[in-house]
Amino acid sequence: MQAFEYAHPASVKEALGLLGSSWEDAQVIAGGTDLISLMKDNVAAPKRVINIKGIPELNGIRSGAEGMTIGALVTYDELIENASVKREFPGLVQAVDDIASTQIRNMGTVGGGLCQRPRCWYFRNGFGLLATDKNGKSLVPNGENQYHAILGNDGPAYYVHPSSLAPALIALDAKVRLMGPNGPREMRVGEFFQIPKSASEREIVLQPNEIVKDILIPASSRGFQSASYEVRQKLTFDWPLATAAVAVKMNAGKVSDARIVLGHVAPVPWPAPEAAKGLIGRPLNETNAAAAGIAALAGAKPLSKNGYKIKLAQVAVKRALLRVGGGPSEKGAE
Amino acid sequence: MADYHWPPAEKRSLIGKPISRIDGPWKSSGRAKYSYDVNLPGMLHAKMLFSPHAHAKIVSIDTSEAERAPGVKAVHVMTEAGNEARWAGQEIVALAAETEDQARDALRKIVVNYEVLPHLVSDVEPSKAGQNVGKTNETTDGQADQAFAQAEVTHEGEYGASVINHCCLESHGQVSVWDGDHLTVYASTQNIAGVAGEIARALKIEQGNIEVITPVMGGGFGSKFGADSWGVACAQLAKKAGRPVKLMLERDQELMSAGSRPSLYARVRVGGKKDGTLVAWSSESWGTSGPNPGGGTPNLPYVIRIPNRRVRHTPVLTNTGPARAWRAPTHPQLCVITMGALDDLAAKMRMDPVDLLLKNIELTGPLAKTYTEELHKAAELMDWQKKWHPRGDKSADHIKHGLGVSIHTWGGGGHPSQCRCTISPDGSVEVSLATQDLGTGTRTVVGIVAAETLGLPLAGVKVNIGDTKYPPDSGSGGSTTVGGVSASTRRAATNALNQLLEKVASSLGAQADELEAWHGQIRVSKNPAKAISWKQACAKLGATPISAMGERGQRDDLISSGVGGAQMAEVSVDTETGVVQMKKLVAVQDCGLVIDLKTATSQVYGACIMGITYSLFEHKVFDEQTGRNLNADMEFYKLAGIGDIGEIVVHMMTGGEYDKRGVIGLGEPPVISAGAAISNAVANAIGVRVSPIPLTADKVLAALERGGAA
Repeated sequence: MQAFEYAHPASVKEALGLLGSSWEDAQVIAGGTDLISLMKDNVAAPKRVINIKGIPELNGIRSGAEGMTIGALVTYDELIENASVKREFPGLVQAVDDIASTQIRNMGTVGGGLCQRPRCWYFRNGFGLLATDKNGKSLVPNGENQYHAILGNDGPAYYVHPSSLAPALIALDAKVRLMGPNGPREMRVGEFFQIPKSASEREIVLQPNEIVKDILIPASSRGFQSASYEVRQKLTFDWPLATAAVAVKMNAGKVSDARIVLGHVAPVPWPAPEAAKGLIGRPLNETNAAAAGIAALAGAKPLSKNGYKIKLAQVAVKRALLRVGGGPSEKGAE
Repeated sequence: MADYHWPPAEKRSLIGKPISRIDGPWKSSGRAKYSYDVNLPGMLHAKMLFSPHAHAKIVSIDTSEAERAPGVKAVHVMTEAGNEARWAGQEIVALAAETEDQARDALRKIVVNYEVLPHLVSDVEPSKAGQNVGKTNETTDGQADQAFAQAEVTHEGEYGASVINHCCLESHGQVSVWDGDHLTVYASTQNIAGVAGEIARALKIEQGNIEVITPVMGGGFGSKFGADSWGVACAQLAKKAGRPVKLMLERDQELMSAGSRPSLYARVRVGGKKDGTLVAWSSESWGTSGPNPGGGTPNLPYVIRIPNRRVRHTPVLTNTGPARAWRAPTHPQLCVITMGALDDLAAKMRMDPVDLLLKNIELTGPLAKTYTEELHKAAELMDWQKKWHPRGDKSADHIKHGLGVSIHTWGGGGHPSQCRCTISPDGSVEVSLATQDLGTGTRTVVGIVAAETLGLPLAGVKVNIGDTKYPPDSGSGGSTTVGGVSASTRRAATNALNQLLEKVASSLGAQADELEAWHGQIRVSKNPAKAISWKQACAKLGATPISAMGERGQRDDLISSGVGGAQMAEVSVDTETGVVQMKKLVAVQDCGLVIDLKTATSQVYGACIMGITYSLFEHKVFDEQTGRNLNADMEFYKLAGIGDIGEIVVHMMTGGEYDKRGVIGLGEPPVISAGAAISNAVANAIGVRVSPIPLTADKVLAALERGGAA
């Protein structure tokens, strides 16, 4: 870890004044579950670390006519223990409930969950976000890619985005609100992520001089029933191999609107609108849910060692859909 | 006079009972000080720079800037320029600074020029390993070809186990402190005597000038026998700086360099008669132990000695961290290969695999009766008869259930050990020996043996271990500690007791050989009313304590070797995701006379968890392009959590004939069978073999695609 300057602002305005024009100048710390390990591994070396935990306006969950606002500093644990969230957006709770461990959920924040960096082991071992050799060639296609992308993997990025929260938020059409030197800006959560085209880009559109303020789940999403499902190797404390978050509107026993978003399969959370459209007008049963899973992975392209993830993602979609409305809370083998 | 023989069952107050470890509260309250916890006044912190290349010649090393870095007090080059780094993670330079952060910062100022050389890090089969292959060895018994020609059923298959780590909770390392020519080392080791000897040779000082102290340690599993390069470097840094130095490995170094278990893969052919009688075995195997060839031809098949066999093995040399003994070295690999092949043959014969093992049980040799009893006990605890189905769960559900079985063996025995027992006039008792508690409960076992021998409660004996200043003992390897220390302790305590009996005989109006120690008294055996309390007896010693030595004998009849165990696994497999879940693991184990039923059972539980973990999750992942170990962390080097282990049922075979064999080691055997039993359970569930272990989702799904009962 490189030595760094530590700042502890009390307001967003003060925090913005401390940020720099590059990630090397300054980075924000909230729960610290990712940044600290990046710094210890010398993958991140900001000159200044800005602790935003003392900024009250970034806290809290508020439900109103506009929808539900979730502050960037809300921890995973606060989120899943919140009565309104539990009642209105079970898919969000299902997605977050399985993240890492109790200790991580006590510390990890919603804003940090969106800004966390990929877990790609080439990246974490110092080969850069795009995991290249010294000639700039990606190490992933011929390497140990068992946990890498099966969608959106035309290069140069092959990692999977690590957020389990993001797909659930995207399925709920949530917006993320940022604060920067030129004031606030907002976008759909899906637009917050990008597939970098070069080593100078990041996996998110947030600029080094901006911070995440909060998330808004619009009131319109209250009419949807949401669910999530994740497939992972270990029952405890493991990264998912694939996840799916769904939100479905039902009318007379049939789907009238649907959203499906995959996680851990692509460098960004991966919406599957065609698969969702295919559900409209049909009842949610095993056959239709399985068909949606297959449709969602129609464009998947396996790398040398990750073909199995296609099947896992198909199953995740199917099981998330079957979980809608309090369906079987199956966690795999019982 | 008291004799050395173990007391008969009705005369045992402590031996064989479930007794909590005496250092439990000390450990759980944090008062026990591990090497990591040792913090001495003026102590420096050392860190090591390691090679990022799997294979490279070190052209030059420039430490000048690091030497001038803030806080740095000593620098020591561990691999000199001109030598090769043979794996990514090999240690190059160590330095000591005032703080850990200063040491880490200074490492980045060291400039090493490498000439990168070709490497191989994947344990590919020999035909794909180019120059990186060792000599092929072949072992034959009987007439394999003829036997195969006469076999009525044959099966061919591939089986294996990947390279895994030891994953000691406490990483390797030590604190070293000099006082003039005298060196004290607080080492995390399973071999205090070995550490002292190795450092003495490396530094060319007398071993008597080195004291190694290990009151407690956080796991070794076979990886902590030596002083290691960092043990020597730490002593040298402490000498150079004139200050105590702590050097504990960082977790990534621990996983890259401080131990791995060799892989072993085999193409197997096995043949038998229709009634299950095994007649022939042949196997072509390979595997890697890192840059050095491993030891010899694997002794396949395991446990079941099929009369006709041809076994060929070729080591593959890789630029990966050198292998170290891993809890029951090679046995888990041999077991998963053998028991997997036999299970597949049984399936082909449409036999219950338990019946196949029982049919051939005489081929196991002297332990045949033990295995038979254990298999029946395990079947009862698993409810095997009711739950077992022929290969392939035919239910319509995508969750398939299956059962698997395996048997295993281990030697044990007792290593050389000397013990001193001191009885003081105030009635206090100390037993001292230079053994170490690997975490198995050695301190408690020594206390139980001494207390039982002297007729005292466990709290009446103080146990001194974990320091080379005590009478010499040996490294804790091969499950030989309990045999060694229980024999020497029994003999020392008996010798001390007999001296005491001589002193007090006249006051009881009896001869010494008519007396016994029982429940805190010295009494006349045939007239128990004639007794004096332990304290009264000791008071008759006057001013001088009794001190007596005891030594494990050459062919000590208090101990023996050779144990058998049987394990049965029940799993469920999600055929849509390939995820295997443990439902239940039954472990039935013999280890002769059990000293402490609780710590023994605890050993087996721990071994089962370790077994489940290497069966389902553990795998050291190397990248051929970069030569790096990509998962030298606790994130993608996966270990089971509490939710992953299912129900574990442990049964110790005790009493009667088992007790008569004397004390036998236990640490290693119960970790052997899990890989085979779990693999076989998965095959039973889904109708197809998944190999090698670990049985991860990708491999399970690939096997199902090749054709399973899904």
